[in-house]
Amino acid sequence: MQLSELYRQVIMDHYQNPRNQGDLEGAITVELRNPSCGDEISLQLKVTGGVVEDVRFRGSGCSISMASASMMTEAVKGLPVDEALALSNAFRAMMRGESFDEDQLGELEALQGVSKFPARIKCATLAWQALEKGCKA
Amino acid sequence: MNASAIREDFPILNQTVNGHPLVYLDSAATSQKPKPVIDVLKRYYETDNSNVHRGVHTLGSRATEAYELAREKVAQFIHAPDAAQVVFTRGTTESINMVAYGYARPRLQPGDEIVLTAAEHHSNLIPWQQVAKATGATLRYIPLQPDGTITLEDAAATINAKTKLVAIAHISNVLGTIHPVAELAKLAHAVGAVIVVDGAQSVPHMPTDVQALDCDFLAFSGHKMCGPTGVGVLYGKRRWLDEMEPTYFGGEMIDVVELYDATWKDTPWKFEGGTPIIAGAIGLGAAVDYLTAIGMDAIRAHDQELTDYALERLRSVPDLTIYGPVEAQQRGGLVTFNLGDIHPHDVSTVLDAEGVAIRAGHHCAQPLMRFLNVPATARASFYLYNTRSDIDALVHALHSAKEFFQHATV
Repeated sequence: MQLSELYRQVIMDHYQNPRNQGDLEGAITVELRNPSCGDEISLQLKVTGGVVEDVRFRGSGCSISMASASMMTEAVKGLPVDEALALSNAFRAMMRGESFDEDQLGELEALQGVSKFPARIKCATLAWQALEKGCKA
Repeated sequence: MNASAIREDFPILNQTVNGHPLVYLDSAATSQKPKPVIDVLKRYYETDNSNVHRGVHTLGSRATEAYELAREKVAQFIHAPDAAQVVFTRGTTESINMVAYGYARPRLQPGDEIVLTAAEHHSNLIPWQQVAKATGATLRYIPLQPDGTITLEDAAATINAKTKLVAIAHISNVLGTIHPVAELAKLAHAVGAVIVVDGAQSVPHMPTDVQALDCDFLAFSGHKMCGPTGVGVLYGKRRWLDEMEPTYFGGEMIDVVELYDATWKDTPWKFEGGTPIIAGAIGLGAAVDYLTAIGMDAIRAHDQELTDYALERLRSVPDLTIYGPVEAQQRGGLVTFNLGDIHPHDVSTVLDAEGVAIRAGHHCAQPLMRFLNVPATARASFYLYNTRSDIDALVHALHSAKEFFQHATV
């Protein structure tokens, strides 16, 4: 187990410079927290014609939870809802250490190292859980 | 006290984690178990296992005798006047809930007040919120000073004629603050209120004398004091325990059962419905023997010495914020901190890579996190098997964390 496998450069970049932060007017808002550790996310989704037209988040938490949220927003923006949900499934499979489609996950693959740190998986999946809830709302 | 020799009693400590010797600094969450406790559990299951207080066979008698002997040991350990005042429960949470359901709910009324602090563990907060909702009573908080301590002046101003119950931790699980329980008991009793003490962090770490504290109830857990998980204790003054109704019902706790009614056994058995936590209680008895042989005064002195050393060493780590009282004698054996703006989870992961186990999160004390204005904190906690070299390893790992995240910065 190497720390550098967990804290990849791209993760630290998203942690320090989170993308798509802020609020969206008239959006679906999902607020989730991880009660065991205090990580929080407020995810805002604008879905038009079955497509995730825009997505923003606010949150506080560890590097993994915040970087994962930032990377998720970049990955799903512009995707049809069903593809966003499929991506979420692929991400969860990666977290469980199962095989996944590298092309589908793209940059998100940087978070693969989290799967080797069982205590941190819930940090990485918080934003995706919010996405799933929002898409099904 | 020779912590290096004591370490030999704890088989679990003799291992490497992520290629480093394990440095276990999370005893406030749960303590490790010494060989004598593990052996007693093994022996019980290999030779005496049987149900208690029923049947007349030899094993049943042995199990009953061992279970009741454990009660006596615990009673002596906390200086309870009578072993019957020791109720075995699942842990601190269940003990406090038993008081909330069995004592508070039937007695409290609208206008009555429950006094506590914002530093309480959720287990000594939520049961009282629920009592307040069910009875119409009001919660009142003794204000916290910036270092998380309370003053007796504030306590005296908060406890008044409407106060029916004061609930407070003897030692805060986050800040380590030692609260003046005996003085608070006097204030509570002066207005006819009872005091419920959460002893989860104090009973394992310092001598406890329920008669000197004059507390009405004391709740604590076995697993934080070298005993097994799943067993805890509710101590209560005889009068209250006798007056209280059981909070759950079934076999084992009954006297006479008719078709439409039943009567209960005496205190404490009426509170122990169902097959009790037999092995757990016997294991706790063994833990009490173990701690008593070492001496609770010695354990308290050891904790304090390590805390002193940790506070001094941690102050040398740049950007490290320590929460709680400054002086080691004002606090239990733990230090809660944050390292710059690195999230405690990230700190904990880097420490774990060096074999150092600490707690990161809100420590079941969300209101206190809000008071400290932080989402979470990291906590290192000490016990009789920890040494100065454990703290050196912690400090080294914290420097590594600092360095790692500096280099990870883009």
